Parts: sequence; structure tokens; C-alpha cells
Amino acid sequence: MEPRTPSKLEKIMAAGHLGVTSEVGPPRGADGAEIEHKGHLIKDYVDAVNVTDNQTSVVRLCSLASCIRLKQMGIEPVLQMTTRDRNRIAMQSDILGAASFGIHNMLCLTGDHQTFGDHPMSANVFDLDSVQLIQTVKLMRDEGKLLSGFEMKVRPQIFIGAAENPFAGPNVELRALRLGKKIAAGAEFIQTQCIYNIPKFKEWMKIAVDKGYTDKAYIMAGITPFKSLGMARYMKTKVPGMDVPDNLIDRLKGVPKEKQAEEGIKMAIEMIQELKEVPGVRGFHIMAIEWEEKVPELVKGGGLYPRPQV
Amino acid sequence: MIKATPKPLEEIINYVKDFNKILVAGCDGCVTVCEAGGMKEAKVLGSALRLYYTQAGKDHEVVETTITRQCDKEYLAELKDMVENADAVISIACGCGIQYLTEMYNDKIVFPGVDTHFMGINADRGIFEERCAGCGQCVLASTGGICPIARCSKRMLNGPCGGSEAGKCEISKDTPCGWHLIYERLEKLGQVDSFTKPVDPKNWRTSRDGGPRVIIREDLRKAEPQHGSAHS
Ligand code: SF4
Ligand code: SF4
Repeated sequence: MEPRTPSKLEKIMAAGHLGVTSEVGPPRGADGAEIEHKGHLIKDYVDAVNVTDNQTSVVRLCSLASCIRLKQMGIEPVLQMTTRDRNRIAMQSDILGAASFGIHNMLCLTGDHQTFGDHPMSANVFDLDSVQLIQTVKLMRDEGKLLSGFEMKVRPQIFIGAAENPFAGPNVELRALRLGKKIAAGAEFIQTQCIYNIPKFKEWMKIAVDKGYTDKAYIMAGITPFKSLGMARYMKTKVPGMDVPDNLIDRLKGVPKEKQAEEGIKMAIEMIQELKEVPGVRGFHIMAIEWEEKVPELVKGGGLYPRPQV
Repeated sequence: MIKATPKPLEEIINYVKDFNKILVAGCDGCVTVCEAGGMKEAKVLGSALRLYYTQAGKDHEVVETTITRQCDKEYLAELKDMVENADAVISIACGCGIQYLTEMYNDKIVFPGVDTHFMGINADRGIFEERCAGCGQCVLASTGGICPIARCSKRMLNGPCGGSEAGKCEISKDTPCGWHLIYERLEKLGQVDSFTKPVDPKNWRTSRDGGPRVIIREDLRKAEPQHGSAHS
């Protein structure tokens, strides 16, 4: 696949390297320095940094402003955008704003329902869904048009990303079909949900390879290390669409509490090593939730360091 | 049909506590079916109000009635004398009926006696479920007959999202995932292939997003009134 945008992430994967991304969750306040601090921790170990968009529907400093900050620090941002809170007018406007600052990667999401967050009483928007947001970015970039048909003089240059969850319902076949649908809509890279159930992930990847999806988009495997047994249990029981097999829980149970974090990192590194060998995997998306300082260790341990220069 | 539930008695008492002559006006349509605003509920509310006024030592006169439909002015006209005789009216029809009654008897105070929720079905005794959001441009033909707008919490046209688990929606283990149901039905119909094609953004102008909606059916306006119509 030839790169189509100025995105460094795209160039790295197009050159055949495994891409590495991580994410920064902005603060629940106006502290821009926190984003810079988190950016500094990981910048030499990843190709681009996602900034979440009010994740789990909790109000946080906005993704776009955070991305601009990262960009100004010389870090390549991936603007995450959910369709939950903004209609097509606001989203297209934000895409243009991002592009005007040289932001060249986007992750198009539908977003968690607001029920999960700190404003469950809010109205929701969902004018578009994730697939339609992908279509929108593609239309703006490749045809220079807004959804209204208006032709722009200057088009946004955006490497189009989407997420997919191989472990959600109804079944793995449907989840692969939905991956295909996102790719058909225009997604060029996919960051998966956190992977714990490796056999199921492999099943999903096999369908993706057989259907030719992996020839059209880069699949980046989602990795989230467990910080503790409590976190693993929480992920298993409380987070919708998360699939944590019992053997991983048992493994954490087998080590003393103060060693669980270390074990969690070890497990994540083993996963990266194993997933590297899975056909179709073209990179890793490391989501070390409120544990950004561990990203360097994971990247090094996974044999993904140093990052290629393009 | 339209589904409503009775408002809490305290809320209603709070509206009418300073009035003496109350008309409780029910409707024989949808709200009778969902047992929120028919004659039975009008009587229950009327008795509760009488009890309240008596205990509070206040003079009162509470009258209960229902009409065929509060969303038709021909039927609303039947209420004329009773409305005129009352200081305040509590309508226990749906939000449409309450408003049309208010429109007809504009110098009278009218209070809502129910909360109107949605268009839905009677799933079981006392269980009503939403099925249609009145989007004005029905897509059921391509979604296996299951509405993605009313039955997906994110009204997605390209679901299911990543939160669908074991047939349930991410918002609650008690809420079926609309897209899970759509997928199952498409599979049964041998139409899963249609699932792989992205569905374009919807035109919401025909939904409430386009502003208050009016239907003008010229064919009906020209035609003679039919059996079952109140316009005779
Ligand atoms: S698609 Fe629109 S009209 Fe059809 S059932 Fe759903 S909300 Fe109602
Ligand atoms: S879980 Fe199913 S019903 Fe709920 S938001 Fe996702 S797709 Fe819609």
C-alpha cells in the first residue's frame, strides 16, 4: 500500500515496519501541562499518540486541543473522534480545524453511550455512526467535499483509522464482517480492542486475511497491561465487550499483590511477542491506561524499539 | 400505540391544590390500552383527589370522564360543558391529547396527568416496549424488520457497536442489543451479505430534527370522510 497522506504513522507501516501507537487520556480539568507530561513519557517509543475523546463519556479536556498541544511538541497525534456528542456540522468543522494544524491521523468512533459517564442525563447526538464518520473523512479528503456536497478549496489530509472489537457480539464472523464494512467505508488502519483472548483474536484475523481485508488496511493489535488482579477482574466483568480468559486471571492470582503489576507487564510483552507472528498484524496500539510511564518498557520488551525513522 | 404512565399523585395534587372544581379527562385511545389514562384511571385519580381535598378540609367537586380520542376536535367538542364548569382540567391523554384539549379550551387551565413516553407494543401484561421513533423514513426493509433507530441505544445504522455482548446492549443487561437482533434476523433470511455494505448517513429532516412536522394528505383532503373518522 502506498502512503496517501503526510502521516508518519502511515509511512512507517507502508514501508513494512510494525507501527506503534499509544494513547493519552486528557485530564478532567484545564491542565494542559498534564498532556505534555504524558506526551513526553512516551514520545520516543511510539510513532503517533492517540488522544481519547471524552472516553467512557466522562468530560475531559478536548481531544482536538490536546492533539494540537502534542503536535506543537513535535509528537504526531491521532485525533480520536466519537459521534456521540457532535452532529455532522460540528464534526466536519473539527476535522477541518484539525487539518489546519497539520493533524494527519484520525480514529473514527461511535463512542460509549453517555450512560457510562459523569453526565448520564445528557442528550446524545449520534447523527452519524463510526462507519459514516469514516465515509465523511474519506469524502472530505478524496473528493474535497463536505457531506452537503460543498467543494472545499483546501482538503484535509488524513490517514483514516477505525477501531474494531473482535470479541464483541454477536460472534467473531460478524465482527470480521464489520471490520470489512469499515474498510469498505474507507478505514486504512484499525486499532483493535484490548486483546486478551488470543485464540479468538487469531480466529478473527484469519477471516480478515482470507477475505482480503488485511491487504486494504493495517491492523494494529490493541494491548493493555493489567496493573493488578483487581483491574483484570474489573475488565472482565464491568467493561462491555471485553473478553478476559480465566487463565490470565489465575496467573495474576498466583503472584503476590506487590508483584502483580510486574507480572501484568510481563504478560503484555509475551502477548506482543506472540501477536507479532500472527499474519495480518501490522502494528500495536498500546493503551496503558493511567500508566503511560510503562509504555517504554512494553515497547522495548516487545522488540519494537528503536522506532524507525521515515 | 403511544405509551404513557400516570404521573405521581403528589405532583398532580401540587398542580391542582388551589382549585376546587376539577375535571379529570381521560381518552379511550392508546392511554386506555396502556392503562394510564382511560376511564378506570380517571376514576382512580378522581377518588384520590377527593380524598386529598376532604382530608385537607377543602371544598371540592371532581368529575371524571373520557372521550373517544383527545386528538380529534370533534370528540373534544363533547367536553365543552364539563370543561366550562371546571376551574382546572387534568388531562390523562397522551401529550398530543393534552395539548389539543388545551388548544380547544384555551382560557382554561389544563394540567398533564400522565407522562408520555414512546410508541411501543404490549410485550406482556404491564410491560411496554419501544419499537419506533417516528423517523419519518422507515428503513425496516433493510434491517430485517427491526428498527435500528428505536432499538439501538446509539441509533446506529451500521451496528453493532463494540459494546454488544451476549445479545445485550452496553447500556444494560436488561436491554436487548437491537443490532444483535438485526443480525440474527438477516442470518435467518439469508441476507447477511447486505450487512457488509456501509449505510450512508441518514437524512434526519423527516425526524424531529427537521422541526415540528405536519403531514398534508391532499388525497384525504379531497376524499369523502370514511367510516371510523370523526369528521362526519
Ligand atoms: S425506521 Fe423510522 S419509521 Fe421505521 S420503525 Fe424505525 S423509527 Fe419507525
Ligand atoms: S450494544 Fe447494540 S443496541 Fe447497544 S448501542 Fe451497541 S449496537 Fe446499539
